[in-house]
Amino acid sequence: MSAGILLQVAQTLLAILLAPLLMGWVNQCRAWLQGRSAPPITQPYRSLRKLFHKDAVIAHTASPLFRFAPYMKFACMALAAGIVPTIANDLSFSPAADVIALVGIFALARVFLALAAMDIGTPFGTLGARRDMLVSFLAEPALLMVFFTASLISQSTELPIIVATLAHKAFAIHPSLAFAAVAFWMISVAENARIPVDNPSTHLELTMIHEAMILEYSARHLALIEWAGALKLFTYSALGIALFLPWGIALQGDIAALPLALAAIVAKLAVGGAALSFMEVVSAKVRLFRVPEFLGTAFLLAVLGMLIHFLLEG
Amino acid sequence: MAGIGVAGLLLPASSMVLPIGLPDLPFHLRLDALSAFFMVLLGGAAFGITVYACGYFRNMAAGPLALLALWYHLFLAGMVTVLLADDAYAFMVAWEVMALSSYFLVTTDHKIPEIRRAGFLYLLIAHIGAVSLLLTFGVLQGGHGDYTFNTMRLSEMTPFWSSAAFLLALFGFGAKAGLVPIHVWLPEAHPAAPSPVSALMSGVMLKTAIYGLLRVTFDLLKMQLGWWGTLALALGLVTALYGVIFAAVQSDMKRLLAWSSIENIGVIIAAFGLTLIFHTDGKGALAALTLTALLYHTLNHAFFKGLLFVGTGSVLHATGERRMGRLGGLIRTMPWTAWLTLIGALAIAGLPPLNGFVSEWLLLQAFLLTPGLTQPYLNMVIPVAAATVALAAALAAYVMVKFYGVIFLGQPRDPALQHAHEASWPERLGMLWLAGACILLGLFPTLVIQWLEPVVLMLTGQRLSGISNWLLLTPVSAERASYAPLIFLAGVTAVVALTYLWVRRVYHGRVRRSEPWDCGYPEQNTRMQDSAEGFGQPIRQIFEVFMRVERETPDPFDRHPHYRGDSRDKLWLLIYQPIADLTAWLSMQAARLQHGRIQWYLIYSFVTLIFLLVFTR
Repeated sequence: MSAGILLQVAQTLLAILLAPLLMGWVNQCRAWLQGRSAPPITQPYRSLRKLFHKDAVIAHTASPLFRFAPYMKFACMALAAGIVPTIANDLSFSPAADVIALVGIFALARVFLALAAMDIGTPFGTLGARRDMLVSFLAEPALLMVFFTASLISQSTELPIIVATLAHKAFAIHPSLAFAAVAFWMISVAENARIPVDNPSTHLELTMIHEAMILEYSARHLALIEWAGALKLFTYSALGIALFLPWGIALQGDIAALPLALAAIVAKLAVGGAALSFMEVVSAKVRLFRVPEFLGTAFLLAVLGMLIHFLLEG
Repeated sequence: MAGIGVAGLLLPASSMVLPIGLPDLPFHLRLDALSAFFMVLLGGAAFGITVYACGYFRNMAAGPLALLALWYHLFLAGMVTVLLADDAYAFMVAWEVMALSSYFLVTTDHKIPEIRRAGFLYLLIAHIGAVSLLLTFGVLQGGHGDYTFNTMRLSEMTPFWSSAAFLLALFGFGAKAGLVPIHVWLPEAHPAAPSPVSALMSGVMLKTAIYGLLRVTFDLLKMQLGWWGTLALALGLVTALYGVIFAAVQSDMKRLLAWSSIENIGVIIAAFGLTLIFHTDGKGALAALTLTALLYHTLNHAFFKGLLFVGTGSVLHATGERRMGRLGGLIRTMPWTAWLTLIGALAIAGLPPLNGFVSEWLLLQAFLLTPGLTQPYLNMVIPVAAATVALAAALAAYVMVKFYGVIFLGQPRDPALQHAHEASWPERLGMLWLAGACILLGLFPTLVIQWLEPVVLMLTGQRLSGISNWLLLTPVSAERASYAPLIFLAGVTAVVALTYLWVRRVYHGRVRRSEPWDCGYPEQNTRMQDSAEGFGQPIRQIFEVFMRVERETPDPFDRHPHYRGDSRDKLWLLIYQPIADLTAWLSMQAARLQHGRIQWYLIYSFVTLIFLLVFTR
């Protein structure tokens, strides 16, 4: 039990500390692919440090909700990172929340940030909140359907058990999982505000979604949101790896496998991050009203995956 | 009343015969686990709402107030009697008392024509539903002429007549609950009533229909057929999706909540359908799980919808405005109302660790357990159904962000709003009670589920197997699924506190106040914020097939531009308008008989007499 708690805390802290590194790696890869000279991989840490040192500038009209939301978002993402198995599968916090609760945690963070964006009462804030909720209302059920497919195979909604089942059945063929994996990739792109759904480096009013919500934030609040964003990218990547490429993860009580698991996850994240930046470089951002089509496709693919499970594997 | 309910759950079913009513036709009353559960729901939600009403109606003139109080208490008494009735006669009388008293409550402001119209529509559909219920009981008594529920439980029926009774009951109770397509009265009548009454109607009265449906289907009818479940599931899902889409495009805050009630009823009816499917398929444990989810959601909805409706009541009192596009920024002037309503909004959006999430979680778990079903076609339908429930839940979050953000956040869209006054103390106490219930129901799900066990046992003959630990909710087994809201809350609180302390200790807490930045745009005014229509625009664009959108956009050179956008229910045009036209046409035809001359009327009587003489001979 105590080893489990130790492992839990260690893994969550590791995720929190390493998440900006993944962000830095993605940015670096993207710069290389675009033929620019790349910022150092530690650039996100430097930005965070700079932001934490600054004075916060807050609008006169801000309510306490506005100042609370970044902490809430950070806490939700930290909890999510605590639930998703990255290195080890034996997590003592995971019985408190299964995959459905994980979707709930993401939704909680999103609703708080959307409400905070509406709090100041600037046109961009409400625009961002509206667009972000539009993206999420399609992405959230699709994500749930992906999880459903995985949990139908493993007969459980507990992440450690899903991962253990899928890791054991390493080379069994699950057509339903293939559909789910494609859907999951599309959802991750949308949820993490990446191209083609959103552009993390734009402040052009016609196109921005997530950035429009956090325009009014500065200093430590902005730092927390940025950090939580990096953590979210990390959690989604870890989740995708745990669901679809779980090989090498340290299963229950297997302490000796930890170093290998760490090496495996670092390698997988490096490849995944490079793939993400490649996809971003070769695709263009779609119009806002094409986003529902993009996510509707993801939703349908996820439902199809579930149907195929019933048809072929049930 | 909640006390009686609690007692009822602990004691065995007791019954009582009241010597009132017609001669030889006394009222039979009976309190069993199912009635007791709904009594607790009624008592718990009505307590908070009534405390709130004490503050809400404080400034009303004495005459109307006395009348209102009379109807209010008759309404409550009617609902209690519906829950306790043990014969069809008492049930129908109580049902009518409930319908009529709520009609008078809806038309409290009867000087406004729209409210009179809403009241009439409500009365009409309530009575069509009541006729259907009368027929249900007529079928159920099976020719014995004895209308007590005990006789009905014993009577043997063919599948055909059982199905007829079920369909009539589904129609009758569906008309009360707001099932699509007989939902049209709900978004008219609920907003028209004063807010505490809206809260009672949405939170509690709709649940009496759920009670009746459960009572007839699982208690009075001996057999249940699988296709009833499929039908109810389909209707429920359509209702849920329809309700939430229309909630997203509303611009009147109470109408938005009424549509959201339709969505929740849809979810409940879908759970009811799934329960029937499991029950008829011989999966007793799963039926128990789904029924638990159903009852849990019913209880939750009573509290959070009650809370939201009374919250809008306080806003209405403080500002005199129901249109969301004229509100905004009320979290600064009405912090109590705003923060308490936030709890209700987060709960109804299905966010952990509040209560809406628990029932949604249980229902989704039930959907995941379907692969054991024997009928293959159901296995195909259920993933789609699960996807629809998930979509409705996600849209509910959209609706609640719109509801809360436009009313309470942002800047006041009208300068007068800066003088809005906070709710009075009884109002705050009522809201505190309801919000507290939302939090407790969210944090202690295992206790609630254990307390629901007698009801589930009574209706399905099964109990949930996995419940063992008060901290961890495990409906089936710990390997299958678990959820611990208390640990979850502790985790969130701990991380928030640690982060806050760490940021404060390592860095600093300096804050500078300034004007909003807004990407550096110099011109800003409060009308540039999203209005309710604006926030709902993406949903309107995506789901335009379901509605008829009316737009008035002015000419670019218009000096006094007037914009209007209205999204109307297409079903009204497709179903109700033709019926109304047909009725009007038939009345016109019948009116030809009326000439106003006495000779003609005498001839009519004479012909009728001859006809009857020929016919009866």
